[in-house]
Amino acid sequence: MISFTLNGQQVDADLPPDTPLLWVVREHFGLSGSKFGCGKGLCGACTLHIDGAATRSCVMPLAAVAGRAVTTIEGLAQGEQLHPVQQAWLAHNVPQCGYCQPGQIMSASALLATNAKPSDDDIDAAMSGNLCRCGTYPRIRKAIKSLAASGVQQFDPKVQEVSQ
Amino acid sequence: MSEAKMPIARRSFLKMMGAGGLLLAMPAAAGDKPYLYSQAQALNCAGVLQISPAGVITFFVPRAEMGQGINTGLATLIAEELNTPPEQIQILHGGAHEDYKNPIFDMQVTGGSTSIYAHYQPLRQTAAMARELLLDAASEKLNMDRGSLHLRDGKIWLASKAYSLGDFVELAQTLPAPQAVNLKPQSKFRFIGQYNKRLDAMAKITGQARFGIDVGSPQIPGHTSVINNSDANIPNLKKAALLRCPVIGGTVKSHNGDELKSLHGVVAVVEIFNGVAVLAEHHWQAKKALTQLVVQWQLPELVKQSSPAIRQQFNAALDQRGQQAFTSGDTDAVFAGADKIITADYYAPFLAHATMEPMNCTVWLQKDVADVWVPTQAPDLSQAMAAEFCDVKRDNIRVHSTYMGGGFGRRSNQDYVAEAVAIAKASGEPVQLLFSREDDIQNDYYRPASAARYRAVLDSQGRIQAWDVNRVGPNIMAYTVDHILEAVLPQFIPNAFADWLSKRGYGVFEDWKVDSSSVEGLWEDYDCANKQVWQTTVDPGLRLGYWRSVGHSFSGFFTESFIDELALAAGQDPLAFRLAHTKNNPRLAAVLNKVAQLSNWQQRAELAAKGRYLGLASVFSFNSYVAQVAELSIVGGQPKVHKVYCVADCGQVVNPDTVKAQMEGGIVFALSAALNGEITLKDGAVEQSNFHDYPLLRLNESPEVEVAIVPSSEAPSGAGEPGVPPLAAAVANAIFAASGKRLRDLPLRLS
Ligand code: FES
Ligand code: FES
Repeated sequence: MISFTLNGQQVDADLPPDTPLLWVVREHFGLSGSKFGCGKGLCGACTLHIDGAATRSCVMPLAAVAGRAVTTIEGLAQGEQLHPVQQAWLAHNVPQCGYCQPGQIMSASALLATNAKPSDDDIDAAMSGNLCRCGTYPRIRKAIKSLAASGVQQFDPKVQEVSQ
Repeated sequence: MSEAKMPIARRSFLKMMGAGGLLLAMPAAAGDKPYLYSQAQALNCAGVLQISPAGVITFFVPRAEMGQGINTGLATLIAEELNTPPEQIQILHGGAHEDYKNPIFDMQVTGGSTSIYAHYQPLRQTAAMARELLLDAASEKLNMDRGSLHLRDGKIWLASKAYSLGDFVELAQTLPAPQAVNLKPQSKFRFIGQYNKRLDAMAKITGQARFGIDVGSPQIPGHTSVINNSDANIPNLKKAALLRCPVIGGTVKSHNGDELKSLHGVVAVVEIFNGVAVLAEHHWQAKKALTQLVVQWQLPELVKQSSPAIRQQFNAALDQRGQQAFTSGDTDAVFAGADKIITADYYAPFLAHATMEPMNCTVWLQKDVADVWVPTQAPDLSQAMAAEFCDVKRDNIRVHSTYMGGGFGRRSNQDYVAEAVAIAKASGEPVQLLFSREDDIQNDYYRPASAARYRAVLDSQGRIQAWDVNRVGPNIMAYTVDHILEAVLPQFIPNAFADWLSKRGYGVFEDWKVDSSSVEGLWEDYDCANKQVWQTTVDPGLRLGYWRSVGHSFSGFFTESFIDELALAAGQDPLAFRLAHTKNNPRLAAVLNKVAQLSNWQQRAELAAKGRYLGLASVFSFNSYVAQVAELSIVGGQPKVHKVYCVADCGQVVNPDTVKAQMEGGIVFALSAALNGEITLKDGAVEQSNFHDYPLLRLNESPEVEVAIVPSSEAPSGAGEPGVPPLAAAVANAIFAASGKRLRDLPLRLS
């Protein structure tokens, strides 16, 4: 039995400890927003936060999250209030097929939580692990830059989870 | 889910008859096929539009949403005639039904960038029809003059008093349909040409959008999925992984499946037509168990093919002449009398689609009915394919088309439906089959590898006098026909006959007619009186499919590289040379001029002084005109594309920002292929397996993209594909400007 925090709730998972976290959240907890794209840490479709850091959940065994805080795309908004990254994604019409977007948004929100004004190089470093076959990269960059320029205080998922 | 929960009641009162806009009211006829999610008491118009007694407007989108924004695009057309914002319209995917056929193909296929073009008139007519009918009913029920009423923002208005549309639904169903309807003139458009929101964006940024892989996951409270929550009650859904032969087409001789049955979570191990499947409670368990499966394979003919030898066969065929695909003037005579012939050979490899969502399909077979949930570009082909692999009649198979994590042509083939249905039948379980990324890359329907020899003669003014192309390679149609035939043949024709016709009969067809997707784009765009085009078929036997922009994906590179080579030979600026040969192609000339302006083409020498180089290309494809300029530098011996300028003329645009997004996406997609894309075979097996050896462009490699749309009131034309064809040539031409090296093979490798 492995216990951790999932989107602010204390949860237990009675599964083999090598089960990748992606399948734990998708199939055991029914949170299907995190996607499967490669299973090898190469595409970022499965990106979620562990203690606020963007993590490829397809290569993260369940055992590694014992006692830690996991946030998925479903836990990013505060109720009806979208996360600023989600708002910027809407404003820039980022999604096409949308399949990579939960992962993109989780990577971008983790970046902005620790670096409110990322440079182009910072954006490259944080976002190049997330593939988008539809080619939404130019809009992703613009959306992140719009947030950096707005200077809005970014919501820090790690801090938020502790206070919940 | 039980029958009761998924009613198959049909209330179709209106059907559009013919493309000319004649509309007739028709009562529901006995034997008419039911619509998937339509509501019993509602006003249903042609199967696509429903107004419920509660006043809810529902649009059953007849095309498939794969990221191109067609849900929004087609809803915008409906919205315009209903004079109601698109976001007030509920969107559902309609499933397989003859009323949802794409008029261009007479099948329910979404592809060829046809959707807006095909539905621009018919959907507006249907919506206008509904509007008039509701107003007629309101006039009668309220006993008010028809002229005193109007429909706006989802309500019928009498002066300042608003009535729900639902108030008039019952009466409207009894009224005769108007004989003719007026469509809104362009000058009155509220949404067409202006509407820039995406209706699916909210679901896609919150993780709520239901893709194929998500079928059977818990429903999201307060959210109706595009599949109408139809997957809410699948009992005991099992997850399957399938081990296929490393060489596509191989079959099972023997396997050790029995040994796997005791593994954690494993429910069953079954053999199907092309492999052995493990069913488990969870995907991960199935995937893990699969690693212990050992299968002896009966290998197919394809095992004899490897890429170096294929390339040699292609090269050897370059100086043959297969079938003639096009001829004008007397090309041979000009070549015979020419002092100088300019010639160049080009090559493009096999490519995989690599959609972000791997192929998948969920199937629940019951005795007389079946449900298939599938991300598909062709629900009717999915339905026909499913019928071939189970005992349920085609009409009793309900296809629920989910959101797709990308399509790009891959999801018009139906192999994953065949496999999932076969697994469901063999195991007796409701099942979801999911490809691993490796399965997906190694079991695609590939963009055909192609070689081409171009020959041309210039006159003394540098005009093209004669143009001859020989394209060498296999033809897509040979591999698509068996996915289509079952769907287009009437149901009483046995599947075995369709099989025979597609597999054995196709050869006859191939010798008689050139597959247009093999040769499109090889000759059409530029003025020249004497042209000849040949298709020389060399087919290694790797299965093929439609890959975003199809034949233009290679011919755009070939033709636009060759045009640059001819401009050089003529001693002319590549822009001026193209303009001199587009006297009969004014819309292409216009996008060329515009992109030259946008990119400061004339000042490119100043840019070159700073180490940045420009390359130009333009292609007419899918009825649209697109010109692009790539700006790059050479960094560490490799091209780095900094910016792409793109000008598109797609006729009347419905959602301008969607067109821009499609151009941006097409450019990134094409650049992936231009710089890195290559699928190779070794002893018949695809050598690439995942994103480390089939790399896609990443954000740090992505150029800035600037798109301009030509304002136009011409008929709307394609947007999803036309952004792809010019890009590789624009990059190759810029590489030539930067390095003096003419790269004639894709992917473009400087060293
Ligand atoms: S699925 Fe995890 S990185 Fe691709
Ligand atoms: S939006 Fe389709 S893969 Fe990114």
